[in-house]
Amino acid sequence: MHSPFEAVVSQHGATVLRVCRSLLDTHDADDAWSETFLSAMRAYPKLPEASNVEAWLVTIARRKALDVHRAAKRNPLPIAELPDSPSELGVPGTSDAELWQHVARLPKKQRLSITLRYLAGMSYAEIAAVVGGTEAAARRSSADGLKKLRTHYQEATTKGASS
Amino acid sequence: MTTTSPEEFAALELLHQKLEQAATAADLVDVAYRVIDSPLGKLLLAATPAGLVRVAFANENHDLVLEQLAAKLSPRVLRAPRQLDPAARELDEYFEGTRRAFDLPLDLSLSKGFRQLVQQHLPEIGYGQTRSYKEMAEMVGNPQAVRAVGTACATNPLPVVVPCHRVLRTDGSLGGYIGGLPAKTALLELEQSA
Repeated sequence: MHSPFEAVVSQHGATVLRVCRSLLDTHDADDAWSETFLSAMRAYPKLPEASNVEAWLVTIARRKALDVHRAAKRNPLPIAELPDSPSELGVPGTSDAELWQHVARLPKKQRLSITLRYLAGMSYAEIAAVVGGTEAAARRSSADGLKKLRTHYQEATTKGASS
Repeated sequence: MTTTSPEEFAALELLHQKLEQAATAADLVDVAYRVIDSPLGKLLLAATPAGLVRVAFANENHDLVLEQLAAKLSPRVLRAPRQLDPAARELDEYFEGTRRAFDLPLDLSLSKGFRQLVQQHLPEIGYGQTRSYKEMAEMVGNPQAVRAVGTACATNPLPVVVPCHRVLRTDGSLGGYIGGLPAKTALLELEQSA
């Protein structure tokens, strides 16, 4: 039996938002979040009973983020990288926001692997299925990304899921 | 998992509002709901595109009621308060004593057969009046079915709006009520005093 879709939104909304924000800037991340839950709601009644709902949502979110990237390529933005600006994510350092800004600057595979591992709690095998490549490669990307984070972000500790 | 920051919480609330609008526009909301405050505590209101389908008192456990709606109607259940604005307004007016009848499309699909028939006829008992279970059985043309009328009242998916609280035992005692007997008494007193 499926839970009410509202329960899916309230249980996984925050994780999907973090996934979208680690892949896109704030405005595009909001759009990707909306697109993710809209198409999830459309498909939800046909989702097999035993599915890992969070992994399913993260897969959709990743696809929506890629769509936004592709659309952006067709309509190039005037700048490739956002300049430093006042934080839109509250006071830096009071939450994990600053850390996730560092994550957003990692190379794509490392960024995805870390996001899926530590936000979505996916196994390396599941991450490999989403990102492509082998389980070992996913594990390596995640480790490389973490190493880089530790250098760039002194306070980066292994909060959340254990590695 | 990390905890949700206040900033994320605010962002998610805005995103939820956008989702309500987009999902409604795409005809994806099979069951919309909201929770309102009332003199009888929090009331859950749920509607399908056909009309108001469920009113639930807090003692029924709103989470459980939503699970049941997901199972019986559709799992596409979304908190979408604006779709229930008319129902919320009419219930407010009713509890203020300024509304004597509800003018809302109703979806009685959660009930079948005789129960649904009884529930269709319940609004014929006027504001401030009462009937016995026996009289109600006669009203629907089945005077023997007193017990079945009792069951139909007890399983009314739309309490307050479909006025099962206006049905009492033949001796004038309360009988039962889905929202508890104090709620039934409060509704009857409200209608007497208004």
